[in-house]
Parts: sequence; structure tokens; C-alpha cells
Amino acid sequence: MKILRLADVEKCVGCGLCMFACSGKNVKNQRIGVGHSGIRSVSLSGFERGATVIFCHACIEPPCAEVCPSKALKPRKGGGVTYNEKICLSCHNCISACRIGAIFERDDGKIAVCIHCGYCVDFCPHDVLEVVEA
Amino acid sequence: MIDRVLTINLSDYTYEVEERSDLAEKWIGGVGAGIQLLKEKMNPSADPLSSDNTVVFSVGQFTPAYPYASKTVALFKSPLTGELGETHAGGRTAMAIASAGYMSIVIEGRSEKPVYIVVDGDMVHFRDGRSLKSIRDSLILGRILAEIEGGRGIRSIVRPGYAGEKLVRFACLTTETYRHFGRMGLGAVFGSKNLLAMVVKGNRTYSLTDPKLYREVYSEIYRLGVESEVMKKYHLLGTAENVIPLNELGGLPVKNLTEKRFDCEEISGEKFAEENLGRRIACSHCPTACIHIAALREEYENERYFFKTIMIGYDYELIYALGSMIGINKRSDLLKLIHRVESYGLDAISTGVCLSWATEALKRGIVSKDQTIVPLEFGDVSAYLKAIDFMVTQPNEFYSDLAKGARYVAEKYGGTEFAMAFAGNEMPGYNTGYANYIGLLIGLRHSHLDNGGYSLDQKVSNLNPEETVERLVKEEMWRQVLSSLVVCFFARNIFKPELVERAFRPLGFEIGIDDLDKIGERIYMEKLRLKKDMGYEPDISQIPERAFEVETPRGKLERKFFEDALDYYRRTYLSRV
Repeated sequence: MKILRLADVEKCVGCGLCMFACSGKNVKNQRIGVGHSGIRSVSLSGFERGATVIFCHACIEPPCAEVCPSKALKPRKGGGVTYNEKICLSCHNCISACRIGAIFERDDGKIAVCIHCGYCVDFCPHDVLEVVEA
Repeated sequence: MIDRVLTINLSDYTYEVEERSDLAEKWIGGVGAGIQLLKEKMNPSADPLSSDNTVVFSVGQFTPAYPYASKTVALFKSPLTGELGETHAGGRTAMAIASAGYMSIVIEGRSEKPVYIVVDGDMVHFRDGRSLKSIRDSLILGRILAEIEGGRGIRSIVRPGYAGEKLVRFACLTTETYRHFGRMGLGAVFGSKNLLAMVVKGNRTYSLTDPKLYREVYSEIYRLGVESEVMKKYHLLGTAENVIPLNELGGLPVKNLTEKRFDCEEISGEKFAEENLGRRIACSHCPTACIHIAALREEYENERYFFKTIMIGYDYELIYALGSMIGINKRSDLLKLIHRVESYGLDAISTGVCLSWATEALKRGIVSKDQTIVPLEFGDVSAYLKAIDFMVTQPNEFYSDLAKGARYVAEKYGGTEFAMAFAGNEMPGYNTGYANYIGLLIGLRHSHLDNGGYSLDQKVSNLNPEETVERLVKEEMWRQVLSSLVVCFFARNIFKPELVERAFRPLGFEIGIDDLDKIGERIYMEKLRLKKDMGYEPDISQIPERAFEVETPRGKLERKFFEDALDYYRRTYLSRV
């Protein structure tokens, strides 16, 4: 299984194109903006210290899946989780359980989490992200 | 469609949200919608520093949708010029406003006590700001608010610095550390309203009518951007690449335009990139990343091996205003000046031009050393650092006057002929010829970016006065469309009418290419009407005499050309509103 990984975080300029790409990748109900993104582009306590992206670290034993009461989040082969939004209860237990803060609340109350599809990589203009074999 | 307008009243701490599809449909958003809101909500004769002034922040239909739609437009009444103020900034403000769910945020009234506001989606919080007052470094205030308010990555913190609090008439607003709502004194307007900052965040998304076409157009814009040679230049050396060519051309203003050429090798874009460039960052949704940040490593005096490294943003305009214009040609000196100006939240161009006027005024005996306190001299960084402190802290009458801008101070003390402000706004760094100077006067925000006159001077020669005005106005009309979408002007070669028309379609807007031109013209005329109501009347007397005395790449400029151009402008455009 493939996972999304940082190729060189020092090259991140904080443009957030990964967020826009991720948020809009849902082809069934595509929306524009960043509110459905499972990846987040942030400054390091201000842009004078640079920028980085936060996304699922692909834990082998994901705590977020353990605390999910409806099994909407399930451990994924190779690390990380799969997400079935239809059965998500919007309880946000997973958001609290993720140590690196890589699960985000969407504007419809459900959650957004990186599922390592690699869609954002094509929209990263500075080669910060890559997809590799787990 | 993005059409919600949030109006915040600081006098009674209330807010309301309206759906204004009428504005979005007719005026797109951004500056088009913003002008209408300002007309509705502000009396044109309002005192800019009173509770009657109104500030409108506006984004557009492209903001959450496409790369390069990274700008927010702000409109207000300017305390520097006394008429329409308009300024655009990048950073994350546009994305944050759209994500909070708004096309426009309107700020009215004045708070009794210092406050900051937090726009969090549908909620607005009025926070006690008393303990955050008088922080002298805008960076520190930004960090404090970032920690208190959260929303990492989806938030924008817009704040005036200490200069705004002290009502310096050309104080700016800073957003995301390195981007500014510069020019025309919006920082002072915030200061006068007792408003320490505006934090905006949210996670709202918007629907589409044609996802397939949207993805096609999105990929096309992205590809055009990353493959474009023009955009690559903004990324590589940035706007600073213009320092050497403009100096060679004779278009770089030097020492208040008293000299023709400058020893600018050390402060060129190339030198900055080779010696100091520490990193680049980007505005939200911009693949180019043109924001150049220099690292300045300094050892403390008398404390061996004790260093600090500060990261300072630079661009062509800062290199001109705090470099060549005041005779500074050492990179570390220039970076110290930029850093000081940034910390206070001053507009760099206005600060440099005020300093260059003061330096010449002291030399000519128009003002005394008792008044300037420090012996201002072209090239003397330590004197300028102190003078910048005094502009903000205003220890005497002279510095209080200097803090009101070059036109004001020169009208009071003398030396208007070399106070390099046009219609009250300090000049940007282009001594290129007729199109630039006429463009500054008839440009509706008196900015070189209104109509690109500096670029017209370099591209086309031998235009007559009427042709010059026509070219400038036509360009400015199209830029009204761009700043209603709102896309960055650096990407103007990507967002051609044909692409804009196509990019609108998946968002549910059918606007033909001809319609776009008409909308641009309508917005321009609406803005001109509002400016006229605020007292705007372009006249040759608003041009300092020095502009007619110096050599430009087009030779010396004749008054007759300006008179004819302005006469034509008044007859053809101003008389129509």
C-alpha cells in the first residue's frame, strides 16, 4: 500500500494548494474551498519560521480508529485509516485522539482525514509531498 | 455563489449578515461589490479618523475556486489623502474571509475601549483588547493572537501595528507577517476605531454547477501558472530583479530625485538572492511563491558570539523607498530599515518618501536640526532608524506633522516642490516618464498598480497626451474586473478575458467577454463618481515641481503634456460622473 509522505518539508512555501486539491477531490459532491481538506498547510508559529503541512502519519495502530464508535474509521493496510462518512456520527472522538492534530472538522460536521490517495501531490508546485510504498 | 455581507458595528458591538446576490450578480465581488457597499454605508464627507469612516474588506467568486485568486480588496476613506482609500493584500486573508462564509466584511463605528474582533464562521466575537494595547512590534501581537485564537492554517490575522495606534496617516495593516494592506493609511483608520486586529477563520465550502469543467479550467490555470516564464521571474528574484534594469534606464528614483543614477549593485535582486535569501513563501492558493524573505544575522554590540537572526521580507518598492530614495546602498542597513518599518506597521513607500523630503528640507534649511532631532543625511542608517521611531512616537510637532504625510508637512513648512507625493500619496519607485506620473494622478487609488503607467512608459514611446490617458484608463478598467474576482495582478497575463469567461461558467455565472469589459467600465465609473463626491479633481498642481525638473528615460517632462492629458481626462471621464 502506498502512503503520502513529506519529500522535503523545507521547500514548503505555505501556498495551501494541497488543501484546495484535497478539499475538492470528491467527485460525487465536489465543493470548492478548503473546508473538506484532510491536509493542512500551516506556518511555524508565523511565516518567518517557515511553513509545513500536517496530515495523517499513517500510524500502524491508529488511535483514531480505536475511539471511533461507529467504525467509520478503520485501520488501513500499510498504515493510517479508511473513512466511511455515511456511518460517521460526527462525534469528533478521533479529532481528540490524533496526537498530531491531523483530523479536521468539515463544514458539514463530519471529518476530513488523509487517506493517502496522493491526489494533492500533483498540485504541489514545489515537490514537498510524495507518494511512496509503505 | 459568494454573496454574504457581514456588517460589524464597533460602536454598539453588534453584527448582522445579509445575503446580497444583487451585488454579486451585478458587480462580481471584490472592488465592484465593495464600492457599492461603501456608497451605501458611508457618507462621502465623513472624517476619515472618526466613527463615521467605514472599512469594507471584499473577496470575489474566484477566491475559493482558483489559483492566484489570493487577494482581498479593502476600501475606506483615506486619512492620508482625504478621499477614497483602496488597498489590496495577499496572505491568507482572502481564503479566510471566503472560508468564514463572506464576500464582504464591513466595519463601522468606533469602539469605546481597545478591542479586537474574531470572525469565526457565523459568529463574531468582540474581545477585550486592553491588555494588548501599545505592543510596539506587530509581529509579537500576531503571535499572541495566533496562540489565543487558534485556527492554524485556516485563519488570517489582520492588524495595524503601533503606527496605526499612533494614527500615523500612512500606517498599514499587516497580515500573515509579510503581506500588507499598504498605502493610504488603513492602519490609522483601525487605530482611530480602537480596533487592534481582525481575526478571520472558518471552514465553509461552496457548491459548483459543472464539476467537470471546473476541474479542466482549474488544471489549465495551474499549468499556465507553473509553466509561465513571467511567473517564474516573480519566484526566482521577485520584483527586486527590477532594481538594476531600472537604474540603468534612469528610472530608479535616487535621493529624492536629486541624482540620476545610484550605486545599487549591493541592493539588487541578484545580491539579495545570493547573499540573504532565506526562504520564499506564498499567499494562499498561489503556486508561484513570490514573497522573498531575507535572513539578517547580526551580532549584538559588546556581546561577542551573541547573535540574532531575523527574517525580513523584501521587494522592489522597499529597496527603492528605504534604499535608493534615501541613499542607502548597504544591504544590512536596508534590511534594518525594512525591519523597523515592518515592526511598526508603517507603509514603506510613504515612510521612505517622507524621510527623503525631510532630508532635503534639512539640507536646504527649511527645517532645523532642532526639529529633526537627528542630523538626517542621505545614506545615514542610524539617523533614519531614529527618525522612523520619532515618526511613530512623535516627540515634537515636526514629527507629528511628518506622520501626516509628505504633502501635509511640505505645505506647512515649505518645500512642496520636492515633496514627492501625487494627489497626496507618496510616489512609488518609478521615474519612468509621462505615463507613470499621469497614471499616479488619474489612477483611482493613486497607485502605480492602478494602470501600470511605469510599464507603459517602458514599452511604448511617442504616445500623445490623449493616447496616454486612453491606454491608462483602458488598463485600469480591465483591472477593475481582476480586482473584483479577486486575482493577483501578477497573474494578469494568465487571467485574460477568454479564460475569465470560461472560469466563471462552472461556478454558475454566464458572463460574456463583452460583458466583462462593460462591468470593468461600470465599476471604474462608479469608483470615479465616489471619488468625485469625496473631493477628487485631478490637477497639475498635485504634481510636485521636481517631476518636471528631473531627467527621465523619456527626457525632461513638459508641463504642457500633463495639462493636455489632465484636461482630456477631465473632459472625457470626470465630466461624465
